Amino acid sequence: MKMTKLAALTAATMLAGLPVMAEGVKVGMITTLSGGGAGLGIDARDGFMLAVKQAGRSDLEVVIEDDQRKPEVAVQLADKMIQSDKVDVLTGIIWSNLAMAVVPAAVAQGKFYLSVNAAPSALAGKGCNPNYFSVAYQNDNLHEAAGAYLAKSGFKKPFILAPNYPAGQDSLTGFKRFYTGELAGEIYTKLGQTDYAAEIAQIRASGADSVFFFLPGGMGISFTKQYADSGVGLPVVGPAFSFDQGILGAVGEAALGVKNTSQWSKDIDNDANKAFVAGFEAEYGRLPSLYAAQGFDTANLLISAINKADVADAAAFRDALKAADFASVRGKFSFASNNHPIQDIYVREVVKEGDVITNKIVGVAMEDRSNAYVDECKM
Amino acid sequence: MSGLLLIEQVLNGLQSGVMLFLMAAGLTLVFGVMGLINLAHGSLYMVGAFAAAAVAAATGSFLLALIAALAAAAAAGALIELLVIRRLYARDHLDQVLATFALILILSEGTRWLFGSFPLYLDVPSWLSGPVSLGPIQYPLYRLAIIVVGLAVAGGLGLLIARTRLGIRIRAGEADREMIAALGVDISKLYTMVFALGAALAGLAGALVGAIQSVQVGMGEPVLILAFVVIVIGGIGSIKGAFIGALLVGLTDTLGGVLLPQAFGLFMEPSAATTVGASLASMAIYILMAGVLIWRPSGLFGARA
Repeated sequence: MKMTKLAALTAATMLAGLPVMAEGVKVGMITTLSGGGAGLGIDARDGFMLAVKQAGRSDLEVVIEDDQRKPEVAVQLADKMIQSDKVDVLTGIIWSNLAMAVVPAAVAQGKFYLSVNAAPSALAGKGCNPNYFSVAYQNDNLHEAAGAYLAKSGFKKPFILAPNYPAGQDSLTGFKRFYTGELAGEIYTKLGQTDYAAEIAQIRASGADSVFFFLPGGMGISFTKQYADSGVGLPVVGPAFSFDQGILGAVGEAALGVKNTSQWSKDIDNDANKAFVAGFEAEYGRLPSLYAAQGFDTANLLISAINKADVADAAAFRDALKAADFASVRGKFSFASNNHPIQDIYVREVVKEGDVITNKIVGVAMEDRSNAYVDECKM
Repeated sequence: MSGLLLIEQVLNGLQSGVMLFLMAAGLTLVFGVMGLINLAHGSLYMVGAFAAAAVAAATGSFLLALIAALAAAAAAGALIELLVIRRLYARDHLDQVLATFALILILSEGTRWLFGSFPLYLDVPSWLSGPVSLGPIQYPLYRLAIIVVGLAVAGGLGLLIARTRLGIRIRAGEADREMIAALGVDISKLYTMVFALGAALAGLAGALVGAIQSVQVGMGEPVLILAFVVIVIGGIGSIKGAFIGALLVGLTDTLGGVLLPQAFGLFMEPSAATTVGASLASMAIYILMAGVLIWRPSGLFGARA
């Protein structure tokens, strides 16, 4: 009697200790799949699901919902996924304002959040959380790299502009963190502005020697086309968002020669990246974008953690995520103490390969860049 | 700021004003003649731009693209009027807003379904690209062309309203709907024509502007908000009011964005001045609207209060 009890107890303990394969991991992906910003969410989703498909695991289930780029919708979806779908991990949000609405509450309920894109400074510094990981970057990184690149290339008088909203202000702050010289001008444009004739006239009159701009989505398409048509012709640098694969087709040749900073490019020379680019093209019939690469890496990070630890054992799962033991398409990849990446940031140039307008790497703007908020994060 | 730069910025304001007029003209006609609030007007702008981008990609001709934009937007407008809008004339404004808001969602997702989620490519034709010299000013030729086209359309529309039989009916429709119906004018045909005309103008604006901006789903809504500001300032139903209002809004928006940050720079440190100036500049047109409404509660040329 005593023996059977002991045996049963041992068996139960062993079962609890083993990775629970039968239970599996449930992932909730909240991303933008409709409306103007849908291209970004669709790419992130497709990259993520490509990695899931390649892993071929039956114990990994992904629930995907469309946030319509609205914070209130994202919050509702997160509540639904946590309470009724019982997900273990959330991911997918593209926009920083949506992330700010969802992430703090989700991690407070003990869920893991892996960011495929949005990484606002508020979640990197004082608001950091052990269960929150940004797999893409910290929002400031690409802007910092653009500043560093302009300073390194000997430009003396850049003109800088960004939309007047938190990410735009962070952008110019990030730029000025690494470019400390003189500025020809600094402009905040309206969010969603589509006509930049007034700003371009100011750039022309300012005596600038280069232009840095952060105008995501349609704003960047408009600016780039109008800038090319204006004949101002100064060298242009920006973060990758306005020159990424999903957008270049719409900008056309107006973007040729523009330098942009990115932590990923389709020509980064490593096996994981080559396999990813070929696999993505084969699966979806288009070239992958930055967001697709970020989605792909996020899924592979998650799968690497599932291989090592049980998601029910939060401490072990957290350690497994933090180890970042996966083959990133970016090559080198590790997490800083505030769970944001340490990685190289490249300078890409927009070029034409045959009929396709795309990017190629022309240099490294920053090596092993972490982020400015590491010291503010206490966890 | 130099005088030359100021002249260039005035041209920019004028250009954005005439494009706004093309949007606002249709909106104000529909509101004035049929008493209908059409939130889906911005979607017709998008339809024009997408039609132009598709035809330009297929044929390579910008003129054909413009014609396609006019035709597609007019056809979409006529269809919408026949299928949906016609049922809304007798309803109150809340029902109209609900139904036309639904149209925005349907047209946006329909366009996304047809053309995909990524922005389309539509560029300035080579014979209109690049800057030209206007004396000492370098100004993009395409923007000059937009100003000329916009002014020509405004003139044509003015003549249409003032001198033609259709114009007389439109004005009569604005003044007294029941009476012109009683006089034997086929009011439903008139409504379809006015709606299609407004839609065609929005489609033309979408195609012209799409070439220098981005052709993507949802591109019409920001313009729609500005167009509403324009018709409120100009007086609802007045083409002349829409024209003056559009130029006022275009100039205020452009010059405000340039001058306000500089004005604040005179007594504030630069980065604070750009932030404050930029914030105030985004409010400038609404402040203008509020000012006009205080002075003239029914707008500059509004007939009815």
